[in-house]
Amino acid sequence: MSDHANAAPRPVSTSTKEVVISVRDLVVQFGEHRVMDGLDLDVFRGEVLGFVGGSGQGKSVLMRAILGLLRKRAGVIRLFGQDRDALPPRQLRALEQRWGVLFQNGALFSSLTVRQNIQMPMRENRDISQRFMDDLAMLKLDLVGLPPDSADKLPAELSGGMVKRAALARALALDPELLFLDEPTSGLDPIGAAEFDELIGTLQKTLGLTVFMVTHDLDSLYSICDRVAALAGGKVIGAGSMQDMLASDEPWLRAYFHGTRGSRLIGSLGRRRGGREPA
Amino acid sequence: MATEIEADPPELTRRESGGVRRIALTGGWVLRASKTLERKAEEIVSQGRGARAVVIDMSATANLDTAGALALNRARNELTRAGVAASFEEARPEHGILLKETAIEILPPPRAKPTNLFVDLLADLGSSVVSALREYYRGVGFLGEFITAIGHILRRPDLFRGTSLVYQIEMFGFRSIPIIALINLAVGAIVAQQGIFQLERFGATVYAVDLIGILVLRELGVLLTSIMVAGRSGSAITAEIGSMKMREEIDALRVMGLSPIEVLVVPRVLALMVAVPLLTFIADMSALFGGLLVCWGYADINPTSFLVLLRDAIGVNTFLVGLIKGPFMALVIGLISTEDGLATLGSAESLGRQVTAAVVKSIFMVIILDGLFAMFFATIHY
Repeated sequence: MSDHANAAPRPVSTSTKEVVISVRDLVVQFGEHRVMDGLDLDVFRGEVLGFVGGSGQGKSVLMRAILGLLRKRAGVIRLFGQDRDALPPRQLRALEQRWGVLFQNGALFSSLTVRQNIQMPMRENRDISQRFMDDLAMLKLDLVGLPPDSADKLPAELSGGMVKRAALARALALDPELLFLDEPTSGLDPIGAAEFDELIGTLQKTLGLTVFMVTHDLDSLYSICDRVAALAGGKVIGAGSMQDMLASDEPWLRAYFHGTRGSRLIGSLGRRRGGREPA
Repeated sequence: MATEIEADPPELTRRESGGVRRIALTGGWVLRASKTLERKAEEIVSQGRGARAVVIDMSATANLDTAGALALNRARNELTRAGVAASFEEARPEHGILLKETAIEILPPPRAKPTNLFVDLLADLGSSVVSALREYYRGVGFLGEFITAIGHILRRPDLFRGTSLVYQIEMFGFRSIPIIALINLAVGAIVAQQGIFQLERFGATVYAVDLIGILVLRELGVLLTSIMVAGRSGSAITAEIGSMKMREEIDALRVMGLSPIEVLVVPRVLALMVAVPLLTFIADMSALFGGLLVCWGYADINPTSFLVLLRDAIGVNTFLVGLIKGPFMALVIGLISTEDGLATLGSAESLGRQVTAAVVKSIFMVIILDGLFAMFFATIHY
């Protein structure tokens, strides 16, 4: 899992890889407050992109803008090469079924059981029998590591970690190609967070997912992210592998990755790998 | 890609070679194929039945997702149960992973046993009765808690939340004035119009003033006010306290050593007890005014004679009967709304249910209470 940080540098020319999310000159403004100011970002197929930034810098805002939950002032957002603004409603709906979203607090429907939550997207968008949907729901539960008896529980009866897993199962209901995660490990204990990271890593490999992950968790960045992008002042101030980030001279990046918690983590990772200190 | 897959439905072809039946899969075996996916998976089973061994050839399969893999695994399991040795061959590595991951035994969910409708009905009735009694018991307990909290505050007046009380009076009282005045004006006018219309036949039009005065002051003013307050403020109280409960704010109060009853319930209930009599007064006045206007326009009773007739028809007691009931109505509404708010569970559905229950119960209890008061005042000749 934690091999990514040590892996051989990925090829610099990424032009051959398919771009799944492409954001150009994005401007998002709330009243007078400009949150995104000409932001550019690319996410490539099959990678896990970790998106970092200080609190209140608008990480979630970017995710919501890409998902179409927020109105943007200017710029172009292309998903799977299609400009969502230019699509007629039917095709937009088809496009929207190609991604799944895990919201920060799960956003499970509180009046439905876990099983019904997972079946909701299937029921609304696909024509399949109840028996097959039941089986699929159980399969998704198994994939995210929830016991079968949680299927008939209500979200209020689940622990925080289980809510996240159930919400992930719902996000995977339609077998998406692209997965959005908003702070997936927030509110989990370190063991739970590590397990969740591992789960996302495994699922990403098994299902061949592209993952866009907003996170604060340095451990997640080290363990499962192929690439990291950092947001500050409404722009992406750096994007690249963890090594690139650590080597960067950008003041905010230095403060973020070489701050007390960051360096402690780098130090411990270095020791674990035979004392070699990255960067 | 979406259109690609739609144009590329799952297909299968069958070929025999030396006692082994090869079923080659082509196209996209994905969830997007919906019913077709299920139908084709069943076709694998029907095609494979009767053979000694079946090989499912995956070499030409264009797409596979977890749903497709699950359907294939189910088909294979079914063939195995029918005594046919079935296996996958030449699956691409990524398809192989999916097939392995989805090869889990899924236990069918336990189905509820069919039950007797009559027994179910009886059981439902029984549980409703028990929960109604339990609710009554809880309500009385809550009244006790409220009175204890008031006692506590009387002994330690510094615990009294004056600011909150004033704020709530503004919310429940002052801001309800327009709607209360408006509906009572309308109801006063309607009662007057009906009274004049019916009494005209006996030549007793002037008694319409007695009708308006007594009916409005004794019953309608306070009743309409209470029902409006239950709908407008009671529901707001339940929703507010209920969502506080959902977000653990009530628990936060408790661990700070504060009593939710003292902090949340007492100011709201007291505010209602102040607001409802005041609103009742406004309701009375606007209903009488509505009656006055209609009497003037319909029956040529000018305002001066209306007031003279009204003075003869009612006494101070008529006016007080309505006002006395106000605080009791407010107490009932306040206690029901706050208690139902505190009884909210974790889900949004539960909150909705509590708000509905609070409003329905409040209005019901207000009407019952009004009936009891009517009997009481009749008995003491007030």
